[in-house]
Amino acid sequence: MGISRRDFCKTLAGSAASLAVLAVIPGRALASWSEKAFMADKLDDAIAAKYGGLPIEDSSAIEIKAPEIAENGAFVPVTVSTTIPGVTSISIFVPVNFSPLVTSIDVLPRMKPDVSMRIRMAKTSNMVVIVKAGNKLYRTVREVKVTIGGCGG
Amino acid sequence: MQLSRREFLRILGMAGAAGMLPGFTSAASRQGSDIYQLERFGDVRLMHLTDTHAQLMPIYYREPSVNLGLGTAAGRPPHLVTRSFLDYYHITQGSSLAYAFTPVNFIDLAKKYGRLGGYAHIKTLADRLRGEFGSEKTLLLDSGDTWQGSGTAFWSRGSDMVEICNLLGVDVMTGHWEFTYLEAEIRKNLAAFKGDFVAQNVKVKEDALFNGAKAYDEQSGHVFKPYVIRTLGSHRVAVIGQAFPYTPIANPARFIPDWTFGINSADLQKLVDTIRSKEKPDAVVLISHNGMDVDIKLAGQVSGIDVIFGGHTHDAVPQPFEVRNPGGRTLVTNAGSNGKFLGVIDLKFSGGKVSGYRYHLLPVFSEELPAHPEMQALIDRIRAPYLSKLQEPLATAGSLLYRRGNFDGPFDQLICDALRQRNDAQIALSPGFRWGTTILPGQQITMEQVLEQTCMTYPETYVRDMTGQQIKAVLEDVADNLFNPDPFYQQGGDMVRVGGMNYRIDPGASMGNRIDEMRLDNGTLIDASRSYRVAGWATVGSKSPGEPVWDTVAAYLRDRKQVEIRKLNMPLLKNVSANQGMDLS
Repeated sequence: MGISRRDFCKTLAGSAASLAVLAVIPGRALASWSEKAFMADKLDDAIAAKYGGLPIEDSSAIEIKAPEIAENGAFVPVTVSTTIPGVTSISIFVPVNFSPLVTSIDVLPRMKPDVSMRIRMAKTSNMVVIVKAGNKLYRTVREVKVTIGGCGG
Repeated sequence: MQLSRREFLRILGMAGAAGMLPGFTSAASRQGSDIYQLERFGDVRLMHLTDTHAQLMPIYYREPSVNLGLGTAAGRPPHLVTRSFLDYYHITQGSSLAYAFTPVNFIDLAKKYGRLGGYAHIKTLADRLRGEFGSEKTLLLDSGDTWQGSGTAFWSRGSDMVEICNLLGVDVMTGHWEFTYLEAEIRKNLAAFKGDFVAQNVKVKEDALFNGAKAYDEQSGHVFKPYVIRTLGSHRVAVIGQAFPYTPIANPARFIPDWTFGINSADLQKLVDTIRSKEKPDAVVLISHNGMDVDIKLAGQVSGIDVIFGGHTHDAVPQPFEVRNPGGRTLVTNAGSNGKFLGVIDLKFSGGKVSGYRYHLLPVFSEELPAHPEMQALIDRIRAPYLSKLQEPLATAGSLLYRRGNFDGPFDQLICDALRQRNDAQIALSPGFRWGTTILPGQQITMEQVLEQTCMTYPETYVRDMTGQQIKAVLEDVADNLFNPDPFYQQGGDMVRVGGMNYRIDPGASMGNRIDEMRLDNGTLIDASRSYRVAGWATVGSKSPGEPVWDTVAAYLRDRKQVEIRKLNMPLLKNVSANQGMDLS
């Protein structure tokens, strides 16, 4: 039996609403330790504030699914997944944004390291994804172009 | 001058004897035989048509003399023009093939060899190629840009072309300009279309799906079937669709607000793998509206596709470009535009795999292929209600008028001149489309020909004040869409055309650093902070307030008896003088 995508989304929307209420409470408590990273206005500062001085290694085991050219810069869909074992954190940075750290997700042991969201991009930029596993950081970079309208044909 | 049939064939034969394209050798090297007689080869025959832009009647279309390729694309197909092209494919100058594939001696050769294309002539050729091979073993594929580009396609919202495709016998197609009608109109056209319409890279946006938008598959979100399996005799061929990935960026998203596009190469690889393991076809092919450079890159990344039948960039490429990838080899083709060519590949199978092929990109010489009576009757019926409007003479061409080229064409100059004059503007901007036919000197310019250059669903004009900085931003943005070193970041199309100003461009420079030396026609440097009155058309973001651009151009032409374009606002080019994709002679 296949539940239709729409019904599935509706069910999810219901549970997400109740989840959202719960999420507010720890959010307040956690704000103190993430604030510096989210407020940093430079990529390196944001990474340092979030992860300290851990070594960073470029990795091909992180897949970023995002458009090469955004249909709408205010609303860029991105999916990040990785096959790196023991992932505890995934963060997405957009260096040209006023605050480069867009999102940071704690990955719990039973969670699949596969996250989707929509992010805002001020203009054409790299999207930098940092994944933490053990005491190491892994990085993948992907350019997303934001255009002012084209003349294709 | 008209050639007798024998004279025509003799010239073709000579070209063949002088060393022809590999694919043509077998047919054309036989003195006096015709190029449409193909050697018997293989198990299935796949025919390919693309980017006809609804040109029902035979047309003139001058191939570009400027089609730059940079980086890895420099000096390789499709970025070869004029003599570089003729040398690469061993085509004799002055031959009918030289006329079909290049702009060398265009005016003389156009008078000699006549118009190409026209659906009645395409039908005659396609029927013959089906009949000779065995129609149960052939397919006709269409890579899109078929349902837009003429007055009749516009007035019928694409539905005249659906009738044409049905009579021609298009088996499978994908799209781009097909999506510039409203979703309800597109769905009506698709319901009337007798073939399969496929696209793996068009999805319903998740929020739209949530609100009940229609999808082919609610689980995957696909708007259309991603692929179809066709049985040809004892063999099976999978045909996957790849629509133009940047439709809602290059064209108005407001017509299709619920749909999202993209190249989606990872999805494509998964789909190919699934088809290969579950359906076990003899061949997997992709009909693509990516454009040739994107297809070449994609073929290097995705394994398991035997042939990509490409369009969008309007490149008439006589032989497939072979790309190696981890899974083997993919052939990348592109079949020109405006109905000038019909691509034909014959595939041979052994052990459930493609073991050999023959490819031909056949020019459709309308004077050599009689019109198919039933197709001609349908075309006449479609045109009849509009005939007096279409045939209205507006002016005479005093010089050759065409569009195609990376930076400018005389017909775009004419559009820019008309926009400036009618709107009292200092500067005009006109999109760098690759469709639009060619008018020979001395020919009458009719309303139909103006529509062939301008007819689309967002033709409204505008006049507005723009600062020098804003104008530069537009030029830089479009230049990056054309010259970004990574083809996945290109949108196809050509550089936006300018009227009333000139500039210099270094195509190989980085984004934001290609354009400088922007000056008005009188030589004054354009000031970044000053405002200029700019006219234009075809706004993608929102509907402009002005009249359709064809009214602007028609009014401008009616005021003149003869139109001669002698001066183009062609930019100065920097660091590309040795490029084989450019011939300014």
